[in-house]
Formats: sequence, C-alpha cells, structure tokens
Amino acid sequence: MKDVFQAVQVTDHVYWVGAIDWDIRDFHGYTTPRGSTYNAYLILGDQIALLDTVKAPFMGEMMSRIASVVDPQKISVLISNHSELDHSGGLPAAVEAIRPGKVYASAVGVRTLQELFHGALEVLPLKDGDRLSLGNLNLTFLETRMLHWPDSMFSYLEEEALLFSQDAFGMHLASLDRFDDEMDPDVLKHEAATYFANILLPYAPLVTQLLARVGNLGLRLGIVAPDHGPIWRKDIPVILDAYGRWARQEPTRKAVVVYATMWHSTERMARALSEGLKAEGAEVRVMAMDHVHRSQVAYELLEAGALICGSPTLNNHLLPQMADVMTYLKGLKPRNLMGAAFGSYGWSGESVRQLNDILVEMKVEKVGEGIRVKHRPDAGVLADCYALGREIGERLRAKAAPAA
Amino acid sequence: MKSYECGVCGYVYDPAKGDPDNGIAPGVPFEDLPEGWTCPICGAEKDQFSPL
Repeated sequence: MKDVFQAVQVTDHVYWVGAIDWDIRDFHGYTTPRGSTYNAYLILGDQIALLDTVKAPFMGEMMSRIASVVDPQKISVLISNHSELDHSGGLPAAVEAIRPGKVYASAVGVRTLQELFHGALEVLPLKDGDRLSLGNLNLTFLETRMLHWPDSMFSYLEEEALLFSQDAFGMHLASLDRFDDEMDPDVLKHEAATYFANILLPYAPLVTQLLARVGNLGLRLGIVAPDHGPIWRKDIPVILDAYGRWARQEPTRKAVVVYATMWHSTERMARALSEGLKAEGAEVRVMAMDHVHRSQVAYELLEAGALICGSPTLNNHLLPQMADVMTYLKGLKPRNLMGAAFGSYGWSGESVRQLNDILVEMKVEKVGEGIRVKHRPDAGVLADCYALGREIGERLRAKAAPAA
Repeated sequence: MKSYECGVCGYVYDPAKGDPDNGIAPGVPFEDLPEGWTCPICGAEKDQFSPL
C-alpha cells in the first residue's frame, strides 16, 4: 500500500476522493459538532474528470485518494460545481499538480473563481443544459443559482444515473462510512435538517422550483452525491421529500422560545410563556442564548409555527447574544411564523420594541404588542406571560398541524 | 411592460405579477419600483437587473 488514504468506489466509473474533517466545529457561524467531509469525485471515463476539490489544507488527502486508483496526471477535465472555498480552495494546487486540459464552471462560477484566485486559473464557462462527453460517458449541467451561491450548479452523469448535487442534499457529518445506508437514519435526518435550516432556508422558493424542474426533466436518480456528508443511494426519496417539506415551511404546533437574561427576570418570563404554550398543546423549545448556539435555534425553527423572543435591555439595546441570533434568523428568512416579544429592564427598556421591529421585518405575524416589565416580574406579569403563551398556543392549534 | 432578470440569481421580475410579498402590487413597471427595492431572492439592487 502506497498511502493510507484510499478512494471509495461509488459506481462502476465513479470514485469518492474527498477528505474527512473530524475537527471543524465552526462553519462561518454554523456550529458543526459532528465535523464534516469535503467530497470530491473522480469519473474514470475514456477521459478522466475530477468534480470539485477540497478545502486547501486537505489537498494531500485528496491527491492520495486519487492516486490510489489512477495517476493524477491522467485527469484531463476538472469541473467546479461550487466556488466556495471548502470546495475550490484546493483548485489552484490541483490544477498545478494535474495540469488538466480543461477547467470548467458555470458562467457565474468563472467570475467567482476569478475573484477568488485573480487570474491564477483559466476556467471555461458551462451554460445550463450543456453536455460534456468523456467518450463513453456523458455529463449534463444544470444551473442551480442561489442554491446556495450564485455560481452553484449540478452535474448529472447520464449512464450511471448519478447526480452530483454540490451542497444540496448535503450535511456536516464526518464519517469513515460513505453511504446513507451505512449510517443512523436519525442522525442523517437531524444533520440534513440542520444543514437546510442554516444554509438553504433563505432560498426555499428556489428549492421548490428546483425539485419541480428535476421532476419534469425525468432524471433517473440512482445516486445523489453531495459535496458534504454521505452519498445517497438508498433513501433518495426520503431526502427529496424532506427538502420539499422544509421548502414549503408549513408551520406546525411547535413554538421556539428564545431569550437571554441578566438577572433571571427575562428567564422567568420565558418559563411562564412556555408553560402557557404547553397548556394549549404546543410542543415547546426553550432556548437560552447564554448556552445555546444560534444554528441550533435555526434547526428548531425549521418546522416550527411560532417564534417568541425575549431580551432584557442593556445600555439601551438588546443583549448582544439576542442581537446575534435575531440578525442570524432574519437573514435565514423563515416564513409562516407567528410570534411575540418580551423582556425586563431597569430604566429605559428599549429591547421589546427593538425585538418587535425585527419580528415585523421578518414578516412574523405578531400576537399582541409584547410584554415588558421593570426589574422583576411579579405574579401578575408572570400570569400575563402565561396567558400570552396560551393565546399563541390556541392560535397554533387553530392553524397548524401537530408537530412531527 | 417588460420583465427584468436578476443577473445574480436569475429571479425574474414580472410587472404583471408585481412583488406582493414586498408591497409591490401587480401592474408596477420595473422602472417604477421604489428606491431601495431589491431582488426578493438574493437581495441584489436594481442595477443588477437587465430586460428580458
């Protein structure tokens, strides 16, 4: 054996040659407790093609896996489905080492790679619907703009019914297993949903369009090979159905209470609200931003029907950890939510108004004008919080399906 | 009235449909969209759009 890093065969002609990142925990603000993989794929046709590369520090691992099945110098075509640096970071070094005849990306990808590498690469554009022959095998390309970057595209290998879907249908999950049927389906569901909630949610309407388009094209999907996490070969209908459901953002009777607290007053309000919600049959998540990561909130909100947010006032503003999570959630554009704001204060008390303003920007249907209290909530204020929880719970029961 | 395509994400503004989610009623020509209107999908500004 020349090297410990081996390629993994996916189909007759396709091999996984990516890298496993056991240690990554922070993906530009999205926490990844299970690490990730950067998936690159080798197609051994009459001409040999490499689809995507890996994050730059993992290039040695990728090149070793390639060399386990073929001399890298024999690769003649390099295709970048997605220009983000976890997939393109290794591209200049790969071009240097392999010297392929052609490097391809989508038209927007050509521009993005130029903006990243400043002329270090010569890249040719592919249009939506273009085909590329590798002799005995044929690739077709589909632009998937804003899923999740403007440059993103899918590549489809017709003869093997294999869709290279770049970040779509992926997840952050480091593993030595490569295929969905080798892994715990509950973990896959959790990590795929977390990925969708944190990366794809802002573009949910485009996901709906894309699923319709893939359906209309009548593509046979024997294998779906994303750029992170497992390759789907068994539960393809499961992940396609889940994407359809998440993209529709149908609310359920689940309420997420997210708050931060200084001296436990806002916390007491959160607890009273949560009890009121539960009394009306809502499924409740109570998330204190002093302990919880913003990307876990995004996950919980994915199938929720209500967002109730609380913050004390610190120096005329939200507590910073609440400003953090609200900015993050606003950018993810969740839809079909109802909600409310609450919080305690010592003298000026701007936080509830500021939270209300954010809820309006997020197009959340507000229930009431919020509850604010000076210093500690007494029994009467806590009863008001409980009643607000009940009111939101009642409305959820009237309009939303039971939580899954 | 002409439709306009966003050069970043490919969203098409169709004046017949408007952009009701963002307060633009059907029938508003692209040229009359208010200052500050951005692509509802990717947030690109009006100057990123071109006529179809």
